[in-house]
Amino acid sequence: MATTPAKKSASKKSSVSEDAARANRERPTEPVPYKATKEELLKFYRDMLLIRRFEEKAGQLYGLGLIGGFCHLYIGQEAVAIGLQSALTPGKDSVITGYRDHGHMLAYGIDPNIIMAELTGRAAGISKGKGGSMHMFSTEHKFYGGHGIVGAQVSLGAGLAFGHKYANDGGVCLAYFGDGASNQGQVYESFNMAELWKLPIIFVIENNQYAMGTSVNRASSEDQLYRRGESFRIPGIQVDGMDVLAVRGAAEVALDWVRSGKGPVLLEMKTYRYRGHSMSDPAKYRSRDEVQSVRDNSDPIEGCKAYLAEMGVSEDALKVIEKEIRKIVNESADFAETSPEPDLSELYTDVLVEQY
Amino acid sequence: MAIELKMPALSPTMEEGTLAKWLVKEGDFVKSGDILAEIETDKATMEFEAVDEGVISSINVAEGTDGVKVGTVIALITGEGEEPAPAPSPKPVASSPVETPAQRAPVPTMSDTQPIETSSVTANGNMQTVTLREALRDAMAEEMRRDDRVFVMGEEVAEYQGAYKVTQGLLDEFGARRVIDTPITEYGFAGVGTGAAMGGLRPIIEFMTFNFAMQAIDHIINSAAKTNYMSGGQVRCPIVFRGPNGAAARVGAQHSQNYAPWYASVPGLIVIAPYDAADAKGLLKAAIRCEDPVVFLENELLYGRSYEVPMGDDHVLPIGKARVMRAGTDVTIVSYSIGVGLSLEAADRLAEDGIKAEVIDLRTIRPLDKATVLASLAKTNRLVVAEEGWPTCSVGSEILAICMEEGFDDLDAPVLRITNEDVPMPYAANLEKATLVNVDKIVAGVRRTFGV
Ligand SMILES: Cc1ncc(C[n+]2csc(CCOP(=O)(O)OP(=O)(O)O)c2C)c(N)n1
Ligand SMILES: [Mg+2]
Repeated sequence: MATTPAKKSASKKSSVSEDAARANRERPTEPVPYKATKEELLKFYRDMLLIRRFEEKAGQLYGLGLIGGFCHLYIGQEAVAIGLQSALTPGKDSVITGYRDHGHMLAYGIDPNIIMAELTGRAAGISKGKGGSMHMFSTEHKFYGGHGIVGAQVSLGAGLAFGHKYANDGGVCLAYFGDGASNQGQVYESFNMAELWKLPIIFVIENNQYAMGTSVNRASSEDQLYRRGESFRIPGIQVDGMDVLAVRGAAEVALDWVRSGKGPVLLEMKTYRYRGHSMSDPAKYRSRDEVQSVRDNSDPIEGCKAYLAEMGVSEDALKVIEKEIRKIVNESADFAETSPEPDLSELYTDVLVEQY
Repeated sequence: MAIELKMPALSPTMEEGTLAKWLVKEGDFVKSGDILAEIETDKATMEFEAVDEGVISSINVAEGTDGVKVGTVIALITGEGEEPAPAPSPKPVASSPVETPAQRAPVPTMSDTQPIETSSVTANGNMQTVTLREALRDAMAEEMRRDDRVFVMGEEVAEYQGAYKVTQGLLDEFGARRVIDTPITEYGFAGVGTGAAMGGLRPIIEFMTFNFAMQAIDHIINSAAKTNYMSGGQVRCPIVFRGPNGAAARVGAQHSQNYAPWYASVPGLIVIAPYDAADAKGLLKAAIRCEDPVVFLENELLYGRSYEVPMGDDHVLPIGKARVMRAGTDVTIVSYSIGVGLSLEAADRLAEDGIKAEVIDLRTIRPLDKATVLASLAKTNRLVVAEEGWPTCSVGSEILAICMEEGFDDLDAPVLRITNEDVPMPYAANLEKATLVNVDKIVAGVRRTFGV
């Protein structure tokens, strides 16, 4: 058990000041780690643990053939979704992401049963079994998916932000994308319009170091991805994405900036994916040691546990949470396995909304 | 010798324009580069510059004259030291113009073409004569008045008033919040529009032409068309992607293509391609109100044509319903968009030979109104499809398949596709003309179904 906060792998915590020196423009303030209460921290822990255990279970169900196709697990990246989404105002702000979306759904507190049932392609799934792992949505939570085309969610997110501004509803859009996606052309088209029109959007690069088997350095000429908005005058902040309090702290700064009408901001979350890109991953492009070293030194859940220990939360209290989470996850697996497949009559529904 | 100044063509498709204003008067000395006049079409305004030096010896067309044909002599310049030529008798404005590149362009003739004029209430009760361009603009303006969620976004839609002037006046009425100029960034703004629609707005995304929408086709298909299904009906995408589609005139291969078959193959999309102004208006209004994503394919060559349109702001047409443009008993010609005009003209020609052709305008390409097509086939037992586009995997191919699968017993002859040639659009006037579908080709195609 780690007794001190885990050592962080991210090379730099933040580079706001360095950028400010380069360009004489107003910048968001340097983020500081969020000062969570014990209750908040316990919730972060619980929520991250739910994602971890849920994803492990999904991996098992995949192995059993209950989940098909592509299944991208979020293990290792839990602090990003939890740290950021815990700072949003439910019902007001919107979120959009790519295909690695289970964690973002769970972060909203959406029932794990209907998420798992979507993974197994069941009628009770959140998309009635028609979307699958990569395509989940919850308009109730203003969660807009769930997109399989790398980078598409960035333009779509700019559109959601456009909607917030148009309706003047005070909402902000959080658009997540990967380090690989950050090389897509439409990302920059969206950066340009977002800054030009001062759209209320937080661009979040989940830099988990790899796009499938391609490391950032093999794909990106500027590998400090928080700088990718520079030429559009979008301030960028690099954040330790393995530390939920650092993430939440950055979320506060970013939300302040965006809510005050100053336009978009770019957060680069330095994080790591423990598992393969999807379930079929040759695992040849990185060493086992590399993965193990991140697990040992920077795990977001272990880090959170260490903070909790500092606050005097006992190991036993955490065990209770662990037990509760395992129960929820097992139940979701049972539910997803036993609930019926969609009726064949669903094949032709939802193609169009109206009848012509 | 006096130099003749002729009405210039401002665009490849311009046939006539308005001499809005003279900036010189008779007797003025002008040198090359001086601005002589302002010329206007329904699409654009341009300053007309002198290229020669001399004295304006006569002004032959007064300012404010509408409908001045391209090539009409509008003024004379006398070189210095020359005797001013006697003022020529003013030519009638409608005199046959000299040939200009624009005139040589194979602008398809329309059987029901009406004289081009500006909007005016006609004697015909509650009909109004407007250009197709104005009809589209009116449709957008009316829907924007009705619903604050509707906005227009695209390149040059606001301050420039639309690359083809379709959005003329919208910025003035609705302001920059709702009429939004974008950077040249089709993939990006198609995504922004689609995201805005998912979030509850009703965007109208204008593509300068659909050729440029190739960059955005990912969002049209992967994001707009599929999300309702992928989300089990949760996330709707009520968006209209609109703009000119199909061949313009003399703009070469990359600017001349009909995308109707591309989009029509995608479940989750509505694809509309109107022919006349009344349909353009009624169907665009329906498209804006529609809960589903719509690809709305216009035709640049039709923008300036005038048609009768019902007055008032409640002219909304049903999506997915074809219409019989001309009844007939001997053969059916199925078409859409600009091909409808050609088909009507072909039907006129066939009538001279005693062949009574029924002409169907599909109006909506997806969902396709099979029932109207098959009912007509059951009556005529012969069918051709006239399509301004490539033959392979065309809308015509689809109609042909439907006739085989569901109308086989009604067929007395093979269904034929009368289309453009299967080549990229050439630039040379003669080659372009040879490429495009035309009345002769349709007439010949129909005759073939009779074995002649
Ligand atoms: C336009 C497009 N190209 C390629 C793919 C295939 N693909 C899926 S995920 C992926 C890697 C993306 O990596 P990254 O953006 O870093 O996200 P991560 O998987 O690490 O979360 C690729 C190439 C795709 N889905 N879409
Ligand atoms: Mg990655």
